[in-house]
Amino acid sequence: MMKLKWTAFVVLAGCSLIMTPLGVAKDSSTTGDPERGQQLALQGDGSGAPCLACHGAMGEGNAAAAFPRIAGLNEDYLFRTMQAYQQGTRVNPAMSMNIDNFADADLRDLAAYFATLPVAEAGTEHSEVAPELLALGERLVTNGDWDAYIPPCASCHGPNNQGVDGNFPGLAGQHASYIKQQLLAWQQGQRRSDPLQLMEAVAKRLDAEQIDAVAAYLARQPAL
Amino acid sequence: MMTSVNKVTRVLAGLWIAGISATVVAAQTQQPGEVTLPEAQAGQYQHQAPRLQDIETDPDLHPELRRVILKGRDLFMNTQQLRGEYVFNDMTCKSCHMGEGRMAWSGPVWPAATTLPDYRGKNGHVNSLEERIAGCFSYSMNGKAPEYGSDTMLALVAYHQYMAKGAKVYESNIAGRGFASLGKTIPEGTNDARGKQVYEANCAVCHGSDGAGKTADGQVVFPPLWGDGSYNWGAGMTRVFTAAAFIKNNMPLGQPGRLTDQEAWDVAYYINGHERPQDPRYTGDAKATREQFLNFHKATRYGTEVDGVVLGQHDNTGEKPFLKPANLKPRTFE
Repeated sequence: MMKLKWTAFVVLAGCSLIMTPLGVAKDSSTTGDPERGQQLALQGDGSGAPCLACHGAMGEGNAAAAFPRIAGLNEDYLFRTMQAYQQGTRVNPAMSMNIDNFADADLRDLAAYFATLPVAEAGTEHSEVAPELLALGERLVTNGDWDAYIPPCASCHGPNNQGVDGNFPGLAGQHASYIKQQLLAWQQGQRRSDPLQLMEAVAKRLDAEQIDAVAAYLARQPAL
Repeated sequence: MMTSVNKVTRVLAGLWIAGISATVVAAQTQQPGEVTLPEAQAGQYQHQAPRLQDIETDPDLHPELRRVILKGRDLFMNTQQLRGEYVFNDMTCKSCHMGEGRMAWSGPVWPAATTLPDYRGKNGHVNSLEERIAGCFSYSMNGKAPEYGSDTMLALVAYHQYMAKGAKVYESNIAGRGFASLGKTIPEGTNDARGKQVYEANCAVCHGSDGAGKTADGQVVFPPLWGDGSYNWGAGMTRVFTAAAFIKNNMPLGQPGRLTDQEAWDVAYYINGHERPQDPRYTGDAKATREQFLNFHKATRYGTEVDGVVLGQHDNTGEKPFLKPANLKPRTFE
């Protein structure tokens, strides 16, 4: 029954995807095969849900469910992330179960595919948020809070927090719900894939309000 | 059915592995969220430098002064706006003076405002605050200083001076000044091989195995630690003890105290055993220049042999189209 349901979903979603031209790759040095990646994204790993079931047909994610936007993220970052779910340094039962049958080559192709997908216009975050919270978020993101040893996000995530490389992903335009969920995951020891625990160290110094503020502000910044 | 049992097992295994790595981390000397900095010693003077919010709201500031201090802060934080004019590498003030130049053990700038004019051994005469700032431009930013008295220089001075608001003038026993000392003698056994290991394990992810740092969208994100984009051979950071103390109390970013003292020494020695733009005081012979400025260079590897090559024996000034800026000159008060 499950199998049938997924098949129907995949066929429908697949049609819409095929009609959508691929976006221009941000990085010409991609190593995976995005076309094969697209096929894998539609099929899933053979025993689970396909990527689009949660991440959407265009990799746009789902703010309500805290499923991240993966379209247009750095290819190496996407690859490392999927590996981390396979290896257990990131913990998310849905992700782990749905990609466990993929080989490294498959993950490379999937990463290449999602990295090439166009990023939606900024401002996908429409939820109401208090102006004071956004102001706190802007201050923390831009200046950090050095007295609490919280450096500004851009110290590592690059100009406008749009990402540097496979270790320092873009944060701007990511769903606030996902950013919050991940900062909490670091605090709770469920995300250990960051090099040198660079993010874990900072995440553990943020309080609940600061997390809400940073997430809300970053989600409202242009991804590109 | 088999499959789903299998998957639950794998997820549990993943959680178990995550638990193991947590144990491994706990074996380290410090937890990632912890910040381990030296304690102020008894009798040392401490000062809390004002925050950005204070500049923005301080009722004592004339609006025009507030504007100039904020301009100085912007120059301090985004010094690359002076690239090609006064800055000829990838460095900014905040590359070394982290935490907005306010933090203890991160080269806080307020002591420059409270202790200058003062005699400096580096150039052997009494220096003003402007001249001290000029030193950073000449060496750390491999460039030349904005003209003394210019708008740019005055704005920078205003930021420094405001950071010292309320601090005791000419107090010299200051906690957290500079980067804190691990002592000035390189421990016996400090070497490049171990330094390279420490570097690859702790620094390369940001600064690159080639030391060139990283940029994004044409902007410097992680500054270069050697090569043309980095500080030149006259910068205070080329002194191994200065770099070791900086690293110990500031690196990796967000985790001061993560490295052991010896790791900091080894990696500082390794980083400063690489080529970089010429010392502006160069006489044409690195060994002779080292001898002439031995008071400074006894702490650097400049003019010494590494792998059979004398460090600094070259005419490379990086991007800078001159060797010595005009404002690097003696004062005699005659």
